[in-house]
Amino acid sequence: MNNLLGRLTWDDVKLFEVFEEFSIDSAVASGAAWVAVLGLVAVLAWITLARRWVWLWREWLTSVDHKKIGIMYIILGFVMMARGIAEGVVMRTHQATALDGGFLSNHHWAELFSTHGTVMIFFVGMPFITGFMNYLIPLQIGARDMAFPLLNQVSLGLTTTGAILVMASLVLGAFETGGWTAYPPFTGADFDPGPGPDYWIWAIVLSGFGSMFSGLNFAVTIYKMRAPGMHYLRMPVFCWTALCTSILLVFALPPLTVAGLMQALDRVAGFHFFTNDLGGNMMNYANLFWMFGHPEVYILILPAYGIFSELTSTFAAKRLYGYTSLVLATMSIAVISFCVWLHHFFTMGQSPTINVAFGIATAIIAIPTGVKVYVWMATLWRGRIRMTTPMVYMAGFFILFTIGGFSGIILANPAINWQVHNTQFIVAHFHNVLLPGLIFGIFAGIHIWFPKAFGFRLDERAGTITAVLWIVGFAMTFLPLYVVGLMGYPRRSAAFADPAFLPYMIVCLLGAFVLLAAFAGLFVTLWISIRNREALLVPLGDPWDGRTLEWATPAPPPHWNFPVIPEVNARDAFAREKAEGKPYVVPQEYRDIHMPPNTSSGFWVMLATTGFGFGMTWHIWWLAVASVISILVWYFIHSFRDHPEVVIPAVEVRRVNQAWIEAIDLGKPITRDHETGTKNRGYAATDMVIAS
Amino acid sequence: MRSIHVRAGSLAAISAPVAMLGDPALAAGFLRPIGPIAEMQLLELIWASVIVLIAVLPVFVGVPVILWRYRRSNNQATYSPQWHFNTKLEILMWGVPTAIVVAFGIWLAQGVFRIDPYRTIDAEMARGMEFEIAGPTVRIDIVGLDWKWLYLYPDEGVASVGEMVIPVHRPVEIRLTSDTVMQSFMAPALAGQIYAMAGMETQLNLIASEEGETLAENTQYNGTGFPQQRGPVRAVAEDAYDAWIASARTAPPLDDRTYGLLAKSGDLAAARDDLDREGSGPFAFTLPDGALFGRVLARYMTGEPVPPETQPGSPTYDPEAARLPAAPHGAGRSVACTPTGPDADAVECPFPDDTHDNHMPGMDHE
Amino acid sequence: MSTQENIHPGMNLGYEGETHVAELKVFGFWVFLMSDLVTFGLVFAIFGTMVGATAGGPGPEDVTNLRSVALQTALLLGSSFAFSWASLSMKYHETRLRTLGWLAIAATSALCFLIVEFLDFRHWLEIGAVPQRSGYLSALWALVGLHGLHVFAGLLWMAAMTGQIIVFGLTDIVKSRVTRMGLYWHFLDIVWVGIFSMVFLAGVA
Repeated sequence: MNNLLGRLTWDDVKLFEVFEEFSIDSAVASGAAWVAVLGLVAVLAWITLARRWVWLWREWLTSVDHKKIGIMYIILGFVMMARGIAEGVVMRTHQATALDGGFLSNHHWAELFSTHGTVMIFFVGMPFITGFMNYLIPLQIGARDMAFPLLNQVSLGLTTTGAILVMASLVLGAFETGGWTAYPPFTGADFDPGPGPDYWIWAIVLSGFGSMFSGLNFAVTIYKMRAPGMHYLRMPVFCWTALCTSILLVFALPPLTVAGLMQALDRVAGFHFFTNDLGGNMMNYANLFWMFGHPEVYILILPAYGIFSELTSTFAAKRLYGYTSLVLATMSIAVISFCVWLHHFFTMGQSPTINVAFGIATAIIAIPTGVKVYVWMATLWRGRIRMTTPMVYMAGFFILFTIGGFSGIILANPAINWQVHNTQFIVAHFHNVLLPGLIFGIFAGIHIWFPKAFGFRLDERAGTITAVLWIVGFAMTFLPLYVVGLMGYPRRSAAFADPAFLPYMIVCLLGAFVLLAAFAGLFVTLWISIRNREALLVPLGDPWDGRTLEWATPAPPPHWNFPVIPEVNARDAFAREKAEGKPYVVPQEYRDIHMPPNTSSGFWVMLATTGFGFGMTWHIWWLAVASVISILVWYFIHSFRDHPEVVIPAVEVRRVNQAWIEAIDLGKPITRDHETGTKNRGYAATDMVIAS
Repeated sequence: MRSIHVRAGSLAAISAPVAMLGDPALAAGFLRPIGPIAEMQLLELIWASVIVLIAVLPVFVGVPVILWRYRRSNNQATYSPQWHFNTKLEILMWGVPTAIVVAFGIWLAQGVFRIDPYRTIDAEMARGMEFEIAGPTVRIDIVGLDWKWLYLYPDEGVASVGEMVIPVHRPVEIRLTSDTVMQSFMAPALAGQIYAMAGMETQLNLIASEEGETLAENTQYNGTGFPQQRGPVRAVAEDAYDAWIASARTAPPLDDRTYGLLAKSGDLAAARDDLDREGSGPFAFTLPDGALFGRVLARYMTGEPVPPETQPGSPTYDPEAARLPAAPHGAGRSVACTPTGPDADAVECPFPDDTHDNHMPGMDHE
Repeated sequence: MSTQENIHPGMNLGYEGETHVAELKVFGFWVFLMSDLVTFGLVFAIFGTMVGATAGGPGPEDVTNLRSVALQTALLLGSSFAFSWASLSMKYHETRLRTLGWLAIAATSALCFLIVEFLDFRHWLEIGAVPQRSGYLSALWALVGLHGLHVFAGLLWMAAMTGQIIVFGLTDIVKSRVTRMGLYWHFLDIVWVGIFSMVFLAGVA
């Protein structure tokens, strides 16, 4: 039995820890494990009771439709975000009571900040942006699917594998305690022989492969599958940012994979890459990790920049100002992001020349970033701004993100960085760029494209209140950390001795509760909207007077996106058609459409790689080996099979499209004054359409 | 290069809000500097903020104004939906941030070269920064342990755990290493931080310009005792410093066995327990072995593996099994070299040009 | 997009249907190779920083057997050469036998490469040059091993392609796959040239 389960023993099951030895700490740990297990059981039970298994399997798990895969990514992101936010609130509560103490054990605290960071970056941020890119890229460039639909599904499977491994650490064993960066030698076998660092390594490495393949897929899709006439400089800005993110994914994930695998070799096979002894060198790890880590920041934030670009011009009813500048700025950010990684460790003792070079390179990134903010301001200038929920997020982004950028430039100066590195100032800074930058962008994007994906709008009032809660909650939770950081409060510290920090920590705690309410607000918004969906329906597909091709489809769009591949003759193609008064043209001829067949590949890859990661973590070698062999054998067999495409007959395409066109003919175009009212069925009046 | 004048007086205005942050005796980091390096860093912070504000203020002011003025319900405002390019505006958008980054970069480079942690504090450095040097350099070796800092004063033959005492107005030249995982040493009121890594030596130079007590802490997470790894740094007058050295010389010696016990994971109280030292708080040793720092470095360079039992910081560390290697040649203040082969006299420096064992080509300090 | 312009010149594919897909796949594979090249580049870089980290253990001069390395180089380059003939015969001759023959030569040659490399590994183990001995040896094993693993994966791929040529014949899909396999195979040669010169030649120079 022992051999069969590797080093996994009954003591590693955390569910019963609290019954064996009661403390607040063990109650929190066991409670979290129970929530995870019962949550999973509840979901499975609901699917069974609702008899949804077949539907789930056929419509979702085996689907290669980029839209469904995108939605699944975003659902994964929300599930993991629930965990990340819960951990954040527990940590804030702990730190508010941490004047010489705190209610958690120091070990548990360390696990919390490590999982929080890992979850939020890799399993919230990454699925969110990957989900958006999946959903939007083919629709915006006028394609029917990704270049490699099967690979796309496999990528989702690999990302899910990573998420499963991190969730498993909640129930079995423990996660590592060295933070999301997991610096050795602290996470090496000498100092932490337990399964924690292994969970981290395999969650990151396996999901990293998924991200790399996603990047490859998106890049090829954008390079090769744009509709006729869509030159590079006619692409929507979101596609530009997605292209840059994809390039970063392809080039920035290898350093993470290399660092993770070397660390695994150190731990499992006794190699000496990052150990203290026999020539190991942990500085190599720091370099590798941040060669990934810094571009990663831009991987996450560039698509959000794309969303902000789309929404400013849509909700200001104006052409985007400075398209070329925006594209140039995006590209420069992508390139320069590879030249700044050393600013994460100005304190390692390298020569001042190197510090200066990387400090200046870091400051240079601020130029294109600043240009972007100015471009959005110029787009709003002399517009007719509609203060809808996405614009509320955008307003919050403007102010808060600028503060984050401000602190970022300060940090670029090594002389100052030596003082605030590793303090709460850093914690404030990266939350300040990632929350208003990435997360606000994602939520704004969800408000914009949710109606496209599901056919009904989200409730405006609830949405706006939620957005305001996010903004206020963010400011309360993270801005005080700048002050205590400057005062020298180290990050990741379970306790502090200086009473001067206490008032700030209490404000942070209150802010954390506001953020919790804001997170709940998202679900309240969803619930209200589902209940009122009859009034919020937008089947005609264009609720916001959109400018790009995805709005020229019904909501939700058919599996094949477009009845015929559109011909593009301008930037913001749909806006041009509307301005010329000929949107919704009936195609002269319908043809059969070939779509890739459903497959269970992604699902099996997910199972096998989860088995592999779990086996490697717990030293269950037979499981790891069997998983690898099963993938190889499966792939071998797969390559010998014929996979006929699904053919959608022209009649069916015609029927669906005609029904939509007829509905539009019957529908009433509404002006922007009624945008948020019940009359908005997704047929925009062309009173304010401005072509590019 | 233009000289940068740092005067305590010019900082008074900025320090005023700091006073409101809380009790001045408590840590206020480098917002309340007691040495010219930290003062310089505070000045850098202020200048950087001012420069960057030029780029940032338009956003803070402009966004609310634009959002209000061009709201949809305001029909009075101009509406130019087709406006999408303006050469002058483009030049401004790209030009202003570029100019700011140029200014910022020049300022940054001057600052970094001036207060580089490896730069010896001498009269030349003092010329630009106007501080006083009175007396010879104090040399301190710092070893990062779980979870306390060990301060070695090889020239004075004393050592201290949990407390660093330095004489005011005398340059302090510090070498750091770790005998466990990576740590980061920071005494914010005096200077910025620098990493301490096992088998590698890093350096930090600082000087106190006024008497006072501040904090030295580890900022790099290194286990459950991490928050306990901080202690006072006292900058004292020359006679008080001499008195402290004299009293430390009456303390028990830091021999190999004591060091082995001290290196066990634990905070100061645990160390006191292990070493049968009454009382609480920091405590001192006499330092019989001036080469101890070099020997700690050499632990990782013997060419023999350091298994977990002999690795301080490891959960299975056993002070009895762990032994520091003999002093390598010239271990006093020079490079730690690796004795190789059966002939212990054959000493080889595997990394010929390194003064602090950064194995990173091109990244070594000049 | 015009299909005529986008035909991949390495393949004589039919001009209908599959061409666009084949082009996508070849392009995608190039992107993958770029990413893989970054991976190798990083392992090279780590090796570069660890050349001195022998910790008193075996160094470059102990692990370098230039005759063996020269033989490995010849075998791997020979395999690549044979593979180009396989590609050419696939393009110009419709009989599968000739292609299969060249593939068999390429595979045998690569298999011999792995055997000679394995003998080197065995020698390293015998003289105590195990990866657990030092940072240098860790990096050496990781770099040479990563390349060896790629070659092994290539052999599995070649076996699968042999099977597919026998089962399906030289269809467009099979041709497209063989073409990508060729890119991979020549790519591994380039990496080997890097290992040969940076690890072994520079090690004893």
